[in-house]
Amino acid sequence: MIGIGRRGLLAGTTGLLAAPGILHAQPAGGVKIGLVAVQTGPQAALGNQLKDGFALGLRHLDGRLGGLSAETIVIDDELRPEVAVTKVRAALERDRVDFIVGVVFSHILGAIMRPVTEANTFLISTNAGPSTFAGRGCNPFFFTTSYNNDQVHAVMGQVSQDNGYRRVFLMTPNYQAGRDAMAGFKSKFRGEVVDEVYVPLTQLDFSAELAKIAAARPDAIFTFMPGGLGVNLVRQYRQAGLANIPFLSTFTVDEATLPAQGAAAEGFFSAASWAPNMDNAQNQRFVRDFEAQYNYVPATYAAQAYDGAMLLDSAIRRVGGNLRDKDALRAAIRAADFRSVRGNFRFGANHYPVQDFWLLRVARRADGKFQTETVRKVFENDVDPWAAECRMR
Amino acid sequence: MTTQLLLVQALNGLQLGILLFLVAAGLTLVFGVMDFINLAHGVQYMLGAYLGAAFAAATGSFWWALLLALPAALAAGLLLEVLVFRHLYARDHLSQVLATFGVILFVNEGVKVVWGAAPLQVPVPALLEGGIEIMPGLQYPLYRVAVLAAGIATALGLWWLVERTRAGMLVRAGATNAPMVSALGVDIGRLFTLVFAFGAMLAGFAGVLAGPIFSVEPGMGDNVLILAFVVIVIGGIGSIRGAFVAALLVGLVDTLGKSLMPDLMRLFLDPSAARQAGAALASMLVYVAMAAILAFRPAGLFPVRTG
Repeated sequence: MIGIGRRGLLAGTTGLLAAPGILHAQPAGGVKIGLVAVQTGPQAALGNQLKDGFALGLRHLDGRLGGLSAETIVIDDELRPEVAVTKVRAALERDRVDFIVGVVFSHILGAIMRPVTEANTFLISTNAGPSTFAGRGCNPFFFTTSYNNDQVHAVMGQVSQDNGYRRVFLMTPNYQAGRDAMAGFKSKFRGEVVDEVYVPLTQLDFSAELAKIAAARPDAIFTFMPGGLGVNLVRQYRQAGLANIPFLSTFTVDEATLPAQGAAAEGFFSAASWAPNMDNAQNQRFVRDFEAQYNYVPATYAAQAYDGAMLLDSAIRRVGGNLRDKDALRAAIRAADFRSVRGNFRFGANHYPVQDFWLLRVARRADGKFQTETVRKVFENDVDPWAAECRMR
Repeated sequence: MTTQLLLVQALNGLQLGILLFLVAAGLTLVFGVMDFINLAHGVQYMLGAYLGAAFAAATGSFWWALLLALPAALAAGLLLEVLVFRHLYARDHLSQVLATFGVILFVNEGVKVVWGAAPLQVPVPALLEGGIEIMPGLQYPLYRVAVLAAGIATALGLWWLVERTRAGMLVRAGATNAPMVSALGVDIGRLFTLVFAFGAMLAGFAGVLAGPIFSVEPGMGDNVLILAFVVIVIGGIGSIRGAFVAALLVGLVDTLGKSLMPDLMRLFLDPSAARQAGAALASMLVYVAMAAILAFRPAGLFPVRTG
């Protein structure tokens, strides 16, 4: 998902000095994982979620993946594609990692895609799921445990349709992912789009847009405002007294931003394939242990990384620890023989998950913290719109 | 676009302008008086916001946070001045830009180490919760009215300080001809330190005020810094009056541009293209305005006369 702002560039250079951190020591005959997680700049909170989710998965597996002792090398991509490529190449050639896992942002994924897959190494994205690699660009060495962005935006279009909203106001940042969000929403929504507003990625103050929304009096608004943008928007939306207009969003209110949004986001809607309150044993254990270990509420970034660890464990177990036979390994990953924290999970032909999507609402928990909670299932066993174009070679 | 909506947008623009002014005031003084380019000024704004957030969390009161954050921001400014900036006054602008850019990176990472990368929350003080309904369905938050009032009061106070007091006279004299002021027996080094710390405190003040509206996060000062530089260049470097007028101008141009541009473009283009082109143009408008003003007044709106 998401792109990069000027701040990412400013924050970039500092990480050059940081050496890759090593979480576990490795005896011979183990498996090495290169975990790509942004640790620099304002988006580092997302990278931390990813890293902690994966680490908890390993902890639940006693530090072993499919019987092999696992070593994780954390790679900070610094939110800069060229840095990501250099560091990932080093991990492949110098550290001889067996898998590359992680990646929060799709432009980073796009940059490391070729170096990793051309080295015949499996790349398992636990967050970025751009349409580029779902359709014609699908790749036999690429899997994702997250989703295709379009599916998430489409959930909100469907929800607006189901709720009988006739007039919806759309607002996203003015860059590719923002335009994709609008397109994804409109793919399911048949009513009137009152207005489409594009804001700069560096927007601080939404008062001009809020006045427009108040003047337009829509049945609902749909927005995609990742990170700090979403924090500003949600609080200002609440302060402007607009909260009586339903707030439908994607990647705007989640457990990564809720600590800053707090009560301002209560009752606002989001969409995802997972939420912390999902009622299955695997998820309850994940959430309980995650909070005990790291002292914050996990978001999808952590949940999907946790699933990534479980997926690898199941695949390596299935091939009996033989990582050489790539075809057997691919078949083992594709089998997805693990219990996902989401419940339903299997891979489609393009190696993107086929899964359920939920409407979520922000709620205050008994302990005063905030989390998203499932309202209802919107899509069941949903296949992303690009899968049909994929010819896996 | 109704008249009412236009008025609301004008109010929004003024409020953004006021916040910009608080940041730009310190920047223009430091640049004008000391001829020192301080890219790290945005960091002072961020530090103010973080200190405000930390004190608010510790004391549970916004007012205590404001009261404590101001001297803390002042102290942080003094510390930076003594440790880093003092050694750069005699250097050329390139060294200053490089060193202060380094400070940005350092402090941005520093706040991440101390407070974490996730954005922080500062609640709106209970006294200023709620809003005034200025158009149907839209509450104008009382807090924003208070920010507007506080900013105007600060601007008046600054004007009095710079134009009517002895300290202000020395600052103005320093901006015009520093060596001469020094020759007249004024400790110019101490004056610089004071101006610097005061500017840092103003930026910190803006940061504390911005806390309950914007998210407090690493790098939050960087966007504000760019606009603040636009403001001081338009206003005339070193001029408080210029910074005030230019800040309001930039706030208004930015806000009104964002709300009017897409509608304006619809006269020439089809709706979907108009929305995107309008949004792109609106975010350029501030810089276009700067270019236009500089074309006619190369030294800014209120240039400081140098001797």
